Formats: sequence, C-alpha cells, structure tokens
Amino acid sequence: MAYQFDFVPVLDNADLLLQGALFTLGLTAVGTLLGVGLGIVGAVLRAWRIRPFDRLFGLYVELIRNTPFIVQLFFIFFGLPALGVRLSEWEAALLAMVINLGAYSTEIIRAGILAIPQGQLEAAAALALSRFESFRYVVLRPALAKVWPALSSQIIIVMLGSAVCSQIATEELSFAANFIQSRNFRAFETYLVTTLLYLVMAILIRQLLAWLGRRYVMGGR
Amino acid sequence: MDFSFWDILRNLLVGLQWTLLLSLVAFVCGGIAGLLLLLARIAPLPAARALARGYIELFQGTPLLMQLFLVFFGIALLGVDVSPWLAAASALTLFTSAFLAEIWRGCVEAIPRGQWEAAQSLAMSRLELLRHVVLPQALRIAVAPTVGFSVQVVKGTAVTSIIGFSELTKTGGMLANATFEPFMVYGLVALGYFLLCYPLSLAAHRLERRLNVTA
Repeated sequence: MAYQFDFVPVLDNADLLLQGALFTLGLTAVGTLLGVGLGIVGAVLRAWRIRPFDRLFGLYVELIRNTPFIVQLFFIFFGLPALGVRLSEWEAALLAMVINLGAYSTEIIRAGILAIPQGQLEAAAALALSRFESFRYVVLRPALAKVWPALSSQIIIVMLGSAVCSQIATEELSFAANFIQSRNFRAFETYLVTTLLYLVMAILIRQLLAWLGRRYVMGGR
Repeated sequence: MDFSFWDILRNLLVGLQWTLLLSLVAFVCGGIAGLLLLLARIAPLPAARALARGYIELFQGTPLLMQLFLVFFGIALLGVDVSPWLAAASALTLFTSAFLAEIWRGCVEAIPRGQWEAAQSLAMSRLELLRHVVLPQALRIAVAPTVGFSVQVVKGTAVTSIIGFSELTKTGGMLANATFEPFMVYGLVALGYFLLCYPLSLAAHRLERRLNVTA
C-alpha cells in the first residue's frame, strides 16, 4: 500500500508552528545580542592578552567548541540544579545559546581584532581620539566588518542548533513540531513543514544580517 | 540497583565507542558522498550544479535534528523497519556530505584560473585536468578545514541520542536518571567529547599554521 501524504493535519496547526517559530527567533535574537556581547569582551581580553582573563577565556572557548551543544544544554538544565542553580526551560536554553555563541564569537572577533594593523591605533592616537573612540571606530568596527560573514554564519548555526532545546521542553519550533506530530500521527509531513520553516528562517536571518552589516558595520556612518 | 563510579565510567565508555563508530562511518561515507557532490557542484552542466547547490543549501540551512527526524520517519514510510543506528548513520552521512562538498568547493576554487586554462591548453580532458592538476593541489589546502570539520561530525552524533541511538549522550542521560547524579554524569559526558574533539581541533590548527608558513 502506497503511503498517502496528507499535509492538512499539519497546516491546521499553523498557529502552533508560528508561535514556535517566533519563540525560536526570540531566543536567537536575545541570544545573539548577549552572545556577541560576551564574544566582544572575550575577544578583547584574548587579543590584548589581559591576564589572567585571556587564559580563562581561552579555556572556556576550547571547552565549549569541543563539546556538543546538547550536552552543554543538559549540563545546564539537569546538572546545575545540583549546585542550587535551577533554571526554567527557556532560561536554560537561552543561557546555553549565549555561552555557546559567546565562545565561537570570541574566536571569530579576536581574529578580526588581530588583523587590524598597529599603525591604525597609532594614527588614532595621533588624531587625539579618546580611548573609547579609538576602540569603537578603529578597533571594534573594522574588526566586526572583517569577520561579519563568519559571525553571521555562526549565528545561523546557533539558531538551527536551538532545535534540540525541545528536549528540555523549551517551547520553540521543534517542540511545537513534536507536539503536533504526537497528536496527528503525521510525523513525516509535520517535520517536513517544520524543516522548511527553519530553512526560511535561516535565509531570512542571513538576509537581515547582511543588510545590518552593510548598513551599520561595513558602510559609512 | 547501585552504580559505583566505575560502573558509570564503564557504561559511558561503551557509549563513547558507539559515538566513535558513528562518527567514523558518517565521516567516511559522508566524505565519499561529498566527493560526488563536489564533482556535481563544479560540473560543466548547469542542472547538476544547481541540484548540488540546492542540496547543500538544504542541509546547511536546516537543523540536524530535523534531518534526523525526516530520515527516521521517511525511511519508515517506505515500509522498511528502521533502526536508530541506520537512521543516524544515513542522516549524518547526508549532513556531512553537504558540508564537506562546500568546504572542498572553496579549496577547488582557490586554485588559480590559469591552472585550469593551462591544463586545457595541453588538451587534457576534464577528468585528467581534475585528476592531475586541480585536485592534488586542492587536497593540500583541504586537509586542515576537513580535519576541523570532523569535530562538527563528532559533536553532531550527540543529536542522534534523541532518536534513541545509545551513544555517549544517550548513555549519559540514562545513567543520570538511574544515579541521580546529573552534574557528575553530564560532566563526564562532556569530558568524553572533549577528549575526542580537542586533539582533532589541535591538529586542524597545526595543519592550518603549517600550510600558511610554507605557502
């Protein structure tokens, strides 16, 4: 008997999928802001070799980059309560995303900072830029401009990786998919639609980041 | 039933073996499929190129978890009884092939255009050109990023715990539930992945540096 595809029971739950997608996007947006913020701090400490924080961040980066996101998530959600840190599902998901993206963006942005010629800083000093101005315009912005494509890819990887957060019952997109397929028994159709939603989200985020990059990072003022 | 520390460690090591085996299978099969995909991606036929590009876009733009579910439930639709091992190995192979093909395409495109033209002017066929001129040089550049990507494959295997494949993460989950020691168990699980991945990361970094010095 050939299998009859039926997408109607999936599309009947479009509101649940949409809610889940918005939750994923929200987690990604907040996670990106905090994660890249953490990455900027880490990158500066690492690039300028500010002890002992450069070593600490180095250790953090290697630990996170060499372990799976899902294990980090489980450690935070199931392991940390042993230390008295009890987080809700979405708090654990967000924290895991921030910690994960923080490690990758530390390395990515550090590469950007190291690629800035020393003469640029001397020129900034000669122009009597304040320390903050020279950091902002001579270090940070050119560094971000150099690594913007790599950083954008990493943000998308984190968004896609957040699908495993359904395993701790964070109510994001893949959680909605699990819920729907457990009621309509149309697992393949449900996950196909969900997968395409993720693809659309990845493409949209890439476009948005490319636009933001052109507008605020690479281009003029 | 009581678990001593050694019981936990012994069980985790069994899980680690499955993680290692799955990583190897996915990497080898993904590498072969990736090579075919690369050939399609740089083929003179626009249709083949577009198809390969679409495949790569799809697998790079969707979560590995969804790919696993689709393979798991998709094979079941064909009426084949699908084991978690088969689904995990197939999905990871597809995932790996897409990423490796894209990495290798970058390496092939790094070979200067003049080399292609020189080979063509020597009346080499396309196969000869790839075999004797482009691929040997591209291979040299490809080693470091390929080793680097193997880390992503090892980490990717952790997601297969969700469809019930008893690798390191799944074993850890069961042990955490049985022992009520999630902090220690997940700490050990993370350590296991670190011990697999860190040497690979280090090797990728070394290879990258060596290439930069001599090039």
